[in-house]
Parts: sequence; C-alpha cells; structure tokens
Amino acid sequence: MGDEAAAYGALYAGCNFFAGYPITPASEIAEVMARELPRSDGYYVQMEDEISSISAIIGAVWAGGKAMTATSGPGFSLMQENIGYAIMTETPCVLVNVQRSGPSTGQATKPAQGDVLQARWGTHGDHEIIALSPSSVQETFSLTIEAFNLSEKYRTLVILLMDGEIGHLRENITFPPLEEITLQERKTGPADAPSFGGAAVPPMSTFGQGRFVHVTGSTHKENGMRDVSTQSVHQELVTRLCGKIRDARGEIWRIEEDYMPGAKVGVLTYGATARPAKGAVLEARRQGTAVDFLRLISIWPFPEEAVRKLADRVDVILVPEMNLGQISREVERFTSKPVLPISRIGGVIHRVEEIKDEIIANG
Amino acid sequence: MKEDKIFHPRANKYLRTEMLPTAFCPGCGCGTVLNGFLQALDELKLDPKELVFVTGIGCSSWIPSPYFKGDTLHTTHGRPIAFATGVKVMKPDMKVIVIAGDGDIAGIGGNHLIHAARRNIDISVFMVNNWNYGMTGGQVSPTTPFGVRTGTTPYGSAEHQLEAAEVVAAAGANYVARWTTYHVFPMVKAMQEALRVKGFSFVEIIAQCPVSYGKMVKMRRGSDFLKLYKEKSVKVEKARQMSDEELEGKIVVGKLKERKRTEFVSTLRQINERFRQELAN
Amino acid sequence: MITINEELCKGCEICTDFCPKKVLASSNTINKKGYYLPAATHKDKCTGCRLCELMCPELAILISKE
Repeated sequence: MGDEAAAYGALYAGCNFFAGYPITPASEIAEVMARELPRSDGYYVQMEDEISSISAIIGAVWAGGKAMTATSGPGFSLMQENIGYAIMTETPCVLVNVQRSGPSTGQATKPAQGDVLQARWGTHGDHEIIALSPSSVQETFSLTIEAFNLSEKYRTLVILLMDGEIGHLRENITFPPLEEITLQERKTGPADAPSFGGAAVPPMSTFGQGRFVHVTGSTHKENGMRDVSTQSVHQELVTRLCGKIRDARGEIWRIEEDYMPGAKVGVLTYGATARPAKGAVLEARRQGTAVDFLRLISIWPFPEEAVRKLADRVDVILVPEMNLGQISREVERFTSKPVLPISRIGGVIHRVEEIKDEIIANG
Repeated sequence: MKEDKIFHPRANKYLRTEMLPTAFCPGCGCGTVLNGFLQALDELKLDPKELVFVTGIGCSSWIPSPYFKGDTLHTTHGRPIAFATGVKVMKPDMKVIVIAGDGDIAGIGGNHLIHAARRNIDISVFMVNNWNYGMTGGQVSPTTPFGVRTGTTPYGSAEHQLEAAEVVAAAGANYVARWTTYHVFPMVKAMQEALRVKGFSFVEIIAQCPVSYGKMVKMRRGSDFLKLYKEKSVKVEKARQMSDEELEGKIVVGKLKERKRTEFVSTLRQINERFRQELAN
Repeated sequence: MITINEELCKGCEICTDFCPKKVLASSNTINKKGYYLPAATHKDKCTGCRLCELMCPELAILISKE
C-alpha cells in the first residue's frame, strides 16, 4: 500500500531515524519503519505526540541522521510550529502527511485532500515550502526518495502530501536496483564555513564534529548566533530562506501533462483524484471531446508556468479535488479564465463519470 | 568582551566568553546556575566537544544558549527534551544536556518530561524553577506557590504548585534531585551526579527571579529569595518523617531518587546489534 | 586572593549578603554600567570557602591562592 511504499522509499533513501505517533491512515508507515529500521541499523522511536515526533526528527538530523516522520491531519496541525523551526534552521527532513477528512477528527478513516493550503501556509511567518503529491503506490515510493533528495539539496523540510486514498491503496510495485537510485548527499563544508549563510544553501555542520554548532529558531546571523534586534539580519535571512526555494522552483516543479490539439477544456488535478480524472479524460476523448490533462506532482512551489500554459490553451479549467476548492483557488491566481472546482468531500473519491460529464458539458 | 578580561580559567574552557556579561537581570538565579554548571563541568573535566546543549524558550534557556560552548540546539518552547531524544538516539556517546525553565519543562513541555523519564533515556535535564513566567513579565506558572498574585492571577493563584521532581521520580528516571541557588555546593554536586548517571537524570533548581516575580511578591533583591530558600528548605531525609501539613510551603531538597533501570538508547542499540549478528551469520 | 571583575559585576550584593565572614562589603565605587561594586574590606578574614565565587550570578568573583 502507499503507506508501505513511503516507508520503503525512506529506507532506500537512507533514512535512519523515524519518530512518530500512531494515527489513521498513516500508522502503517510507522509500523514498517519500526520493523525495518533496525535491520539497517536505524532507529524508530514512538513519541508521546506529533509535536515531539517532529522535534525528535529535527534533533536526529542535527546529530547527523536522515530522518522522517509521518502523520495525518490532526497530527499535521500539531506539527505546524516545528515545521517553521525546520525551515528557519534549514534542517533537511521529510514529513509525510496522509491526508484524511477534517476539520478536527472529521472522518478519521476516510481520505481527503483538505490540507493542501495548510501545507503551504500552516506555519507562521514568511516561508516557502516544498510539497509533493503522489498518485500511485509506485510513485509514492519514488517521490519519498525525491523528497529526501530535495530536502538535502535545499536544506529544508519537505512534505510528502499524500492522501488516505493512496496511503491505503494496494498496488504492485517494483523496487529498482539500489544502484539505480541517486541520492543527494548532504552539503558539507570546512569548519569555518558559516552554516547559516554565505550561500543560497549553506553547507551544514552537524553535532559531534567539534564545531560548536549553534542552531536556533530565532533570527540568527550566518554563524548561527541569535540576533533578534537587527532589521537587516532578519530581512537577509528570511529573504534567503524564501529565495533559495523560489529561485529554484523551475528545478523543483514536477508535472505530468497530456495535451491534445483543439482542446477547449483542461483538467488540472493531483494525488488520488488524478486517477478518476485521467480515466474521465480518456473516456471523454473516446467520446469525441478534445481535453487537456495536467497533473501536479509538486504542489508547492506551485507549478505556475505549467498552469499558465494550460490556461493559454483552453477556455475553462476543471479542478477535481477532495476538498471544497483549495488548489482551484491557487489556479485562479494565474488565469482570468473560468476555473471550475469539482469538489468531493465525505471520504469518497470522484467517480470517472462525474468528471467526464463535466468535461463534455464544458468541452 | 576580550578574553583577557575573563579570569575564570574554566570560563575560557567552557563558555563563549565573547557573549559575556550575561543578559540576565541583576541578582538573577540563572547566573548562579550558569556558574554552578560551569564548575560541575570543570570538575568532571568534560570535553566541550562532547557536549550537546538543548534548550527551549525562556530566561533560563539562555544559560546554555549562547553562553556555553558545545553543540547547541535552541528549540521551540517546551520541546527541548523531545528534540534531545532525537539527538541522543543518533549520538549516544555525547552528553546531551537540557537546561530550561519551569514553564518550558513542567508547563508546556510537561508531557515530554514524563515520557522521557519513563523511557529513561540518557539525557540530563536541569530545570531552573523561578516560580513564574519571567521573560514575559511575570505570569503564573505551574510552579507558582498557591495564592500568589501574578500578572495573570491578580486575585491570587487558585492553583497548587507542581512538584516536578517528585513527578519525574515517579515516572521512572534514574536520578532526581532538587536544590536551590542558595545551596550552591550541593547543587554543583547534584549536577555532577546527574551528568554521571546513565539514564534519565533530573535536577530541579529553585532559582530566584527578583525582577518579574520579585516585583509581585515585593522581594526585589536576589538575596531576599536566597534567605527564603534557606529558611524554607528541608532535607529530603527529614521531610520523609514529616506530614503533608508540616511540609506545606517547604522546599524539599536533596537526592529524591536514584535507581538503576535499563537505559533506552542502549536497549535500542542492543536490538540493532542482534540484527547485525544475524546478518553476519 | 579575591578578584572582582568590575565589568561583569551587576551589583546584586549576593556576595556581600552571604559571605560567612563578612569579608565583602558594598562600596561606593560604581562601574561603567552604574552598578555599585563590592569590595573586600576584610581580606584577612577570608577562609577561601568560595561561596561568593560560586553564588555570583555574573562569574565576577574569583578566589585564588596568594
């Protein structure tokens, strides 16, 4: 299932520390990690809550580890403060959010895509975030590895924004041979290189190297020491933290597009919803309606270039998603053409027919 | 400040002396805890390269960050023990030290304290208890004595003090002690014992806040508190012979608990060792 | 020998209040930050117990052998 694939992806990426707290529909990730980590001399710790889980993985990374945690909506809410800490301290780590129906406890066992905007804006303060959304079990495996690689490349927390549908979906997958997997090494530097400045992505000194590393979530200078009163220090730091991801967005964007000539309607989708959406697109085409298909694999940073391109091609963009319209709002920022959300909540994924009917009605 | 002006030889070894003088208010107990901890490290001859300081938010979190040399993780409010758990699992050979306040450790982070003690993970926690949220100007904390007027208990606190050290002892820690900044010599000794213990160790240090707390109880000098600590303290051995009524308002000091439960990270390492041996066979 | 670091002292008077032999006393000398410094007025009575050195919140006192 998708949860297991995320765990194995992490293990293939060299993850050697996992801290978590049980929650449906993400618990299976913790169970696989607890079972498998000792085999590769890694460590699983079940913490007392989700706040401590994300805290522990950040601690483990500064102690030289590669670390991940996994949760779902309520736990994701609890983790928001320390997501900001990981961003501010430039701690590479991976957070899997297997989204379920909210708000609050909602439908605990049912899938949703309700945390898309929380993933973007959940933690306080100016920041940029990387979030990837898989549509299959195989892709969950490969995107988890990608998430680790991006976290190391840009020294930041990366969210694997799965939905419960994919998390609990069972599909056969193929594990690639280890030698075919490329891993991003952690950027290191000489002892005197500042760990918190001097480059868009500074090299990282970790604990135990005798470098007296000073890590703080407060505004800090390039050497990591706190300076919370100088305007320019804060501006330079936060501008760089945002810029290192914003300026690299072209490298981070991952999309799947399937365009055809003469399409007047486009379908923009992501995650589990992409599966019935793809079926609907193929069915509509079979019935004679020209339709474009765009799947966002990276949700954040938002692939605005691809969205603009789609908007230039068609007259209307349909956005099926398992919420009352979250990504559709973001799409509206990049086009003046009609953006029609096809919302479905309540824990049941879209049917092919309902999306197909909308395509034909707008095509 | 130039190094030649710092004349404690141990300060040059263990402190980021360029950050002195401290940012603490005159007479603040945080400085005495800093002083005592410096003495404890020096007597144990610990290498600063083997120390990891993990700290939270609040005045006493500024004891390690920025003053002590060592790798330092200055975390979010209430979470230092949780961050320290990840550090210790991945770096078991380093001394992982948490110094933070009563608000951080017993208030917002109270659950992490209990569960770290239960796991008996080899972390030393020094809780600087000044009976209030001092950095934010003096509000009631989980350790404020009953009836005291604070910024948020203008008619007197209706809550009772949390006896954090007793809670930690009950939760399973291998070492628990409580002292005050009046008792500097036993405090230093307890710090050393805590640092030597394998397993979770906890030293609660009652420390004065003559500014934020002092203004509310009209005790504006550090010494006012130290005299109170001297007067109200009862050694744990004597306290065990006293009734709850007799102990009301007293500060029980001494070594509250010492046991030899199995430590968490070494157990995790043993599990992994089993897999290594299986792979080798 | 009692050495007082005038730059670090914040004049809290814990040392003068708790010196068991009353070796230290408040003086009228003010440091750069405006704090009244302690002075070792009865050096001969110092037993070298180091209580003042360890209680000082500012690491401003050092007791050393002559």
